[in-house]
Amino acid sequence: MATKNEFKRVDGRKLDEMRAITAKVGVVPNADGSAMFAFGDTVAIAAVYGPRLLHPQHMQNPQKGILRVAYDLMSFSVYERKRPGPSRRSKEISKVTEWALEPAVDLKAFPNTVIDVQIYILQADAGTRTAGINAASMALAHAGIPMKDLICSVAPGKNGQAIISDLNKEEEDYDEGEGATDFAVAKLANQDEYTLMQMDGKIQPERVKEILDIAEKNCETIYDAQKKALKEVVNPEGKK
Amino acid sequence: MENEIKEAPEAVNKPNSSSSKRKVVVPGETIVDGEDYLPGEGTRREGSKIVASKFGLAEEAGRVIKLISIFGAFVPRRNNVVIGRVSDITHAGWLIDIDSASSAFLPIEESPRFINRNEMDQYLAIGDVISAKIWTVKGKGIDLTLKGKGLGKLENGFIFRIIPSRVPRVIGREGSMVNLIKERTDCSITVGQNGWIWIRGQSIETEIKARKAVEFVANKVHVSGLTEKVEAWFEEND
Amino acid sequence: MSSMKVSNLTKETLKKMFAEGKRFDGRGLLDLRDLEIEYNVSKKAEGSARVRMGKTEVVVGIKMEVGTPYSDSPNKGNLMVSGDLLPLASPRYEAGPPGFNAIELPRLVDRAIRESGMIDFEKLCIKEGELVWTVIVDVYPINDDGNIIDASSIGAIAALQSAILPELSEDGKIDYEKEAKNKLPLSKTIMPISFSFFKLGDSLILDPTREEEEACETRITFGISDWNGQKMLNSCQKKGELPLKREDVEKIMEIIPKKFEEVNKKLKKFL
Repeated sequence: MATKNEFKRVDGRKLDEMRAITAKVGVVPNADGSAMFAFGDTVAIAAVYGPRLLHPQHMQNPQKGILRVAYDLMSFSVYERKRPGPSRRSKEISKVTEWALEPAVDLKAFPNTVIDVQIYILQADAGTRTAGINAASMALAHAGIPMKDLICSVAPGKNGQAIISDLNKEEEDYDEGEGATDFAVAKLANQDEYTLMQMDGKIQPERVKEILDIAEKNCETIYDAQKKALKEVVNPEGKK
Repeated sequence: MENEIKEAPEAVNKPNSSSSKRKVVVPGETIVDGEDYLPGEGTRREGSKIVASKFGLAEEAGRVIKLISIFGAFVPRRNNVVIGRVSDITHAGWLIDIDSASSAFLPIEESPRFINRNEMDQYLAIGDVISAKIWTVKGKGIDLTLKGKGLGKLENGFIFRIIPSRVPRVIGREGSMVNLIKERTDCSITVGQNGWIWIRGQSIETEIKARKAVEFVANKVHVSGLTEKVEAWFEEND
Repeated sequence: MSSMKVSNLTKETLKKMFAEGKRFDGRGLLDLRDLEIEYNVSKKAEGSARVRMGKTEVVVGIKMEVGTPYSDSPNKGNLMVSGDLLPLASPRYEAGPPGFNAIELPRLVDRAIRESGMIDFEKLCIKEGELVWTVIVDVYPINDDGNIIDASSIGAIAALQSAILPELSEDGKIDYEKEAKNKLPLSKTIMPISFSFFKLGDSLILDPTREEEEACETRITFGISDWNGQKMLNSCQKKGELPLKREDVEKIMEIIPKKFEEVNKKLKKFL
């Protein structure tokens, strides 16, 4: 037990401390809703267009709208340039992001339509999918789309035996002892409903509850930041 | 040309507004806690709490908690007057882009006078603009009509867009706001519920001024005393 | 935001307005919107910049790669400009294979830079015939409120101006851990800038908003820079089916050097 508590993180953060969060709404004026969310040096921009008509017609669902997510890294967001165009990784993240967001959105209100969510990573330092989900959640709300709740996402994990919050790139590459584990989750802010869960690494089953404890605590902080960013659009400092 | 005027309930500070508080809320946020309250549009009940189901302004109207959208798509309803652009012509009518998630169609029978099938593009060509009323809203699309006062093809002037949820305040109570702008600029103005607005004036200057006035009103997110502010704006900008 | 195409009546009204020298935002026909440039917006890039012209916003990043030179230029490095009109920036852009506008954008930005001499490709040679640098410029429009090409071109120049050459390890690979000591070798005096002139009716305008751009009938884009103390045009491309008159071109030739000076001054302020 003592070993885990003494674990020193590379940037001096406490075990359950996330990187500094930045959240801003309205960054793409053309979009129906848009937002930016950052965990430290990982920066995501999301833009929402919709609900709008879905072409081709045969893809329309007469019972509910479709949420269509496109996630990708900007070429220069990583050290080794990422060639333009969705990679398999981007396609997978697009899909899990869609599954992470859908439970919060009232798609039955918009049959035959599509809500397009575009997520781009301007700067990547691990945790890109979680930053993307947080940005997309704000963007959907900003667009006035009926939503049960906001979605909050964070990637706690493990370095050796220490369970830590919001791994940065260096921590993702940690390779001593039990190595690095990345455990990304997303949940409805005010409900006990997890909509994303992905894990890589080594963790004992009985320790998963520690991950969920940290995740829940972090998500409260994230929800506060998302709320503040949304409300600032309406009541900016120095009223219009 | 007169525009259809819709009552704008929230553009007004109600006389007994001491209990009519407004609060900006985000989805999932608790608005009030109490069994006595009733969930209105945009809200839902969870246990004893009334919770927001959208990003908007929550307002108490007696026991009912309502949520007013600040942003959000146009939801087409029967009898809405909308401004649209002709995007295609078929044998049965015109396809109209009303900037909504549903496609809109103007059947040839719904033109204000008899139009011959071979003259359709002479009456309304692709790129032309109409002020139309929504007649039906079906799963597969919307049907429009041009039969009615103030509806039809719009000539000259220009059209531009504001966020649809701002339309009620641009119109004002019983049209008071849009009429103020019309008077001060001597322009014809038609406000579509879909957020598209048509302006035609006597000169380019007055048309530009009328647009600026509309945008001034539309961009104020959460402001009371709007009429006074607009009048002051006109004083400054004359 | 709307994807509704421009209407006939709005186009006619804009035509009349331009003929009277007027625009909705009060600018003169050849006035540019406020320009803002921010550097280093993406830390893993070797150089980056964000440009805002009014509500139009473009982010440009530079990545440096090492590789073998082309066989016909064994002592020269390379330039590649890439970019796409992502659906992020406008309701008009669609997902899928790039349409013509998406293909054209990076090519126009490329030409203005390549032909100006701003990059001395010989200085990008590490070992003749074996190892050279390739400069990769990636252009990402974030919000399209008109005139994306000129904003992208300014963004590319700004990003290049701030770019560094990463350090190489002994085996000729880039070592991102090492702190970079050198900047990308660029000419100190040559800064190519692109100007897109749009025509509606008989009027020529610069820096249109999206609404204005969609009403315009023709566009011609010129790249211009300083070379040996003179102003030199480096590139030109006309777009659209409607023709330009000779007097339009001559008028542009009178305007463009002054505009170049104006933007040059603004750019220098940010450097």
